[in-house]
Amino acid sequence: MKQVEFLTIVMPFKDKLFRLAKRLLVSTEEAEDATQEVLLKLWTKNSAFEKYNNVEAFAMTMTKNFCLDRLKSKQAGNLKLVHSNYTDDSSTSLQKQVEANDSVSWVEKIMEELPEQQKLVLQLRDVEEYDFEEIAEMLDMQPTAIRVALSRARKTVREKLLEKHSYGIG
Amino acid sequence: MELDNIDKLVEKYFEATTTVAEEKAIKAYFANEEVAPHLEKYTPMFAHFANTRKEEYTKPLPIKAKRNKPMWLSIAAAVVLLFGVYFLQPKNESLENEYTQEEIAAAQEAFELLALNFNKGSKQITYLGEFEKNTNKFLK
Repeated sequence: MKQVEFLTIVMPFKDKLFRLAKRLLVSTEEAEDATQEVLLKLWTKNSAFEKYNNVEAFAMTMTKNFCLDRLKSKQAGNLKLVHSNYTDDSSTSLQKQVEANDSVSWVEKIMEELPEQQKLVLQLRDVEEYDFEEIAEMLDMQPTAIRVALSRARKTVREKLLEKHSYGIG
Repeated sequence: MELDNIDKLVEKYFEATTTVAEEKAIKAYFANEEVAPHLEKYTPMFAHFANTRKEEYTKPLPIKAKRNKPMWLSIAAAVVLLFGVYFLQPKNESLENEYTQEEIAAAQEAFELLALNFNKGSKQITYLGEFEKNTNKFLK
């Protein structure tokens, strides 16, 4: 397969790989490295592309596995992933906007605390908008199990968000 | 969207029984300015999803150099090697082309003289054997 063909296949979902990696690894640099690694692996075995009927799902699975391995090895080495992506991307002075941004980043923190499987399902469904069959293929899970995990994840986010909300009022 | 409808959808959403299309409708509703007051608390959640969807992988794709470079590099290396072998080969021109007959004859004569004297030298070496015999006599 030629480079151009490879790129046209990979381009549409490279950002999805990166976002999935970032959700799991948190650090932007780590996620970039992971994405690069996965793309490189895909490129080196691209002659086998025909075998996979869904390259995107295959790439997502690869990313998931790569990141989970990475997390495991970091934990084993008693190292924590450090990230330095504290952005202050807005120069908003309006109180309401600050508050809104605040709760949005709060959601991000809540998502970080979710168990890995719920995190994955929530990311794939609510951010990337895959349907259950695709998620089932990527995560090698039963659709019913995905539904349960997704519902739990959404409810946890809601609960924590409401806790924060009522603190804010009180 | 009707309020009744969105309430039901949100409820279904948390049970994870909504379809992708329905979820898109919910997201569109929350992206709007006018969210019903009792639903406003959910806005950050959907705003977060929308924000993260904007994240992009900006680093260059790592595949360019991977295959093309070694390809032409190895060809270039092979060509250089072939040229090297061709040009550095020792020229097998015979001595007759480089020197005149007289020069060769003179050289041969010189070599013969050298060989003669060398042989003389090696004959003298036999006397050394006598030395050894005599010294051994004394040592015994």
